[in-house]
Amino acid sequence: VSAVLFAADVKGPAIDWMAISPLVALVGGACLVLMAGLVRAPFVRHTVVPLLALAALGTAAGLSIATWGDNVSVISGAMRMDDLTLFLTLVFVAAAAGAVLLSWRAIAPREAGHGEYYTLLLTVVLGMIVLAGATNLVTVFIGYELLSIPLYVLCATEMRRERSLESGLKYLIIGSVGSATLLYGLAFVYGATGETSFTGVAAGVEDMSGDVLLLTGLAFVVAGLAFKASVAPFHQWTPDVYEGAPTPITAFMAVATKAAALGVIIRFFDVAVIGASTTWAPALATLAAITIVVGNVGAIGQSSLKRLLAYSGVAQAGYMLAGVVVTTQLGVRAVVFYLAIYLLMNMAAFAVVVARERETGLGDDISSLYGLGADRPLLAWPMTIAMLSLAGFPATAGFFGKVYLIGAAVNNGYTWLGVGIVIGSAISLAYYLRVVSAVWMRAPDERAAGVVPAGPPRPAIAGGSTEADSDPDAVAASARVAAGGGRRLIQPEVIGLGVVCAAASVFFGVYPSPLLDLAQDAGAALTNLF
Amino acid sequence: VTIHLSILLFFPLALATLGGLAPRAVAPLMLLVGSLVSLAYAVLMLFDFQTGSDRLQYVTDDKWIPDLGVRYILGVDGLNLWLIALTTLLFSASALWIVLRPPDDRVKLYAFYMGLAETAVLGAFMAQDLILFVLFFDLMLVPFYFLVGQWGGPDRVAATFKLVVYTLVGSLLMLAAAVATGITANDGESFSIERLAGGTLSESAQRWLFVAFALAFLIKMPAFPFHGWMPDAYRNMPLPVLAVFSAVLSKVAAYGFLRIVLPIFPDATQDFQTLMLLIALASILYASAQAFTQTNARLILGYSSVAQLGFITLGIFALGEAAGAQGALLQMVNHGLVVAPLFFIIALLQERTGSEDIREMSGVAFRAPVLSSLFLIVALATLAMPGSANFAGEFLILLGLFNTKLVIAIIAFTGVALASVYMLRMFIRAVHNRVGPGVKSFDLNVRDGLVLVPLVLVILAFAVYPQQALNSSEASVERVVAAPAGGEAVAQNGVTP
Repeated sequence: VSAVLFAADVKGPAIDWMAISPLVALVGGACLVLMAGLVRAPFVRHTVVPLLALAALGTAAGLSIATWGDNVSVISGAMRMDDLTLFLTLVFVAAAAGAVLLSWRAIAPREAGHGEYYTLLLTVVLGMIVLAGATNLVTVFIGYELLSIPLYVLCATEMRRERSLESGLKYLIIGSVGSATLLYGLAFVYGATGETSFTGVAAGVEDMSGDVLLLTGLAFVVAGLAFKASVAPFHQWTPDVYEGAPTPITAFMAVATKAAALGVIIRFFDVAVIGASTTWAPALATLAAITIVVGNVGAIGQSSLKRLLAYSGVAQAGYMLAGVVVTTQLGVRAVVFYLAIYLLMNMAAFAVVVARERETGLGDDISSLYGLGADRPLLAWPMTIAMLSLAGFPATAGFFGKVYLIGAAVNNGYTWLGVGIVIGSAISLAYYLRVVSAVWMRAPDERAAGVVPAGPPRPAIAGGSTEADSDPDAVAASARVAAGGGRRLIQPEVIGLGVVCAAASVFFGVYPSPLLDLAQDAGAALTNLF
Repeated sequence: VTIHLSILLFFPLALATLGGLAPRAVAPLMLLVGSLVSLAYAVLMLFDFQTGSDRLQYVTDDKWIPDLGVRYILGVDGLNLWLIALTTLLFSASALWIVLRPPDDRVKLYAFYMGLAETAVLGAFMAQDLILFVLFFDLMLVPFYFLVGQWGGPDRVAATFKLVVYTLVGSLLMLAAAVATGITANDGESFSIERLAGGTLSESAQRWLFVAFALAFLIKMPAFPFHGWMPDAYRNMPLPVLAVFSAVLSKVAAYGFLRIVLPIFPDATQDFQTLMLLIALASILYASAQAFTQTNARLILGYSSVAQLGFITLGIFALGEAAGAQGALLQMVNHGLVVAPLFFIIALLQERTGSEDIREMSGVAFRAPVLSSLFLIVALATLAMPGSANFAGEFLILLGLFNTKLVIAIIAFTGVALASVYMLRMFIRAVHNRVGPGVKSFDLNVRDGLVLVPLVLVILAFAVYPQQALNSSEASVERVVAAPAGGEAVAQNGVTP
């Protein structure tokens, strides 16, 4: 608060260090992790580096909680660190922490030299916070790029696997198109209103809702952000990239990138161009409906779990977009609540995928789950709960997430969109339950003959890290993968993550109030909405 | 006596969960104890219940999710009192069956799902908040999905798929409708069923909300055009599970009409009365015809349940007359009481004859007179033999209907006759005739008698005293039925808080 008062008589942007302390923590953490990664000792690389990354994320989370409720605008109105930003920050941080845990024994950080891998991860989180808090067109673009570029690299970190490289390249190309479109759109919006700050844009938009320049700009912005949120018809990259990227990164992208994109969509549409809502709301509503259908239909028949979850994520983005369309605080609350529980359900599901990928050598094929229910309750239950929660079964958090979103839609006259969410959920049963039945109702010997265990990872480019070749663990892993057997590995952090997230899904399914209270604060941050 | 409904509600789940952590042999016993405690509680409630009041009793009303206006409200009145008792009784019988004949593998999970199922069903019966009701209504599906999928017959995966997709499509639409009901009626401030029953909704809103709720309930029952999931599910469900599934879950749907649809959407109920009666009639005729052409004993009972549920729907939508709805309520309890033992009997016959096909059963009666006699008693009750409580139930339903829709009542009458045809056909084929080649006939042993005999005794007791159920439900039923008729009946009876 004091910073705002001082801002009047001090030249140059006054920096409210306390307000941006989560960002500072991440920058500092990223530097520290990068330095620590240079140390040759394996203990430092394998253990200290991820622990440092976790510490940086923990600090950022702690500082977000400490500044909760301050609701200040920082750096001359470039961004707002309000409860909405902080809520989303917690989501990003939690997703990144989950990704660190899933990466702990993964190949990707080993091949990318540990330090760089985790530094990139922290940088992505930084970009996401900037994006979610942006209240200026320029900040939007900076955040967008800061989040995208490290992610392109992270997707390609398993550099001995063709699919990973392909995934990174694909993401780079399509992501750049998205960035360019967004930038173009932002330029048009600036051209139409003559302002880059959201308040200025909002004031300008008031009396020009039919302006062609503005409408073109809005259309480009929608497209650019829709790429990131995987909203149909801009979602085509999602399944390919998700499938090819290292699974921990897929888990992180599925949750955090979506949350960041929806965060900026909320702030841009429900704050900056709220005056033109009569023009964009029907368009976004249509996109939401299309996304729900495309995502749910696309997921049916996928046998790769990562592709299945990618399409499921597309559908879920459609549900959440419905909360943005309604332009009410209730809608915003419903979206951020859904994002938080979406984090829990997806992390639980991906933890199991990661665990089984390492154990079976079947990759992320659905048959890797066969027979889990019989002897692996700690993997079977998290997967089951995650799927039931994503489908919106009662006594899981997904149920109230849907109730909240439907309520928000109905409340502001979008009953048809509420019904659309319901129809989408009905379709989604077809694939979520397939996963559940794979866990509980199939025996391991039912695997189709067509599914052959993947061979050991092939070197895709010459001169990759030599570490992977010499590492006895990696060699043993390759041998096991080649044999195709499912052996229990010691990976408590992966199983623990799955169990904790699943337990939280059930807890919030029975008693969602604590999370709803936080969502309430986040929604209240957008004071221009009712 | 202070009765805490939460204890009655969660005891089965709590003990079944504990059973999941206990050694294998103990798990079914824990399930049984949980069910029996709930049964004891329910019986206590039957005696303690204040007959003549149409208000909710033993109400638990706590804040739960204030942000959404959702409260944790449980209550008992004449509508659900007997259904709760029925649920606890039949789940206890099933639990006892599981103790005596545990499944081959994963006993602990099996017991856990049964406990979860009991809690979900009881919750759906007791919930007095619309969202809470929907939550329990959908939750009921989860344990049965796993029970069929893991311990079911050869086509179990396909069966679970159909079961879940059919029922959840209905329930999800109901979820949207429930949220919309609260938000349209009072801006989402409260989802209390009692408060929503004021009738503040416009007729057009009521209509689509009615359709969504009715669809969910008709699928769950199931009623004629929505019964596609039933044959596969019935064929593949383990029998002790099927006993409670068929006896209790369909009743939740019928009860939903009385608890939610009639009071909250009175105008739409009036509008759709004829349609609902026609669907009910179609269910009776179609299902009866199916029941006497099927040869699989499970399916005969499945279709007979569809027909019975048709009768119950007729009674509910007779409107205007409390007799119809009272008969429906009585018939819900009756049908639950007869259909559960029938499924246990099928299990016993299957053990003796090696088949669930009535063509391959026969002749058991000579060597197993006790079993056959019990079967006969239950079969006669099912076909509504005069003197049975089922007779009283069907009589009341038709009485209510005669006064409002004469033609439909006359056609429905044929359903009563058809019921005797298919039940007697099943009985005669199954236990009479020559002894078939693969049939080993030996009589009921004590172990199986422990489950069956008490249930048959309850049927007999209920045949003598159906008045008990009618008395305690009368006031509530009159209030519910009065809503679509414009509240006249309430005024006549002078029911006040």
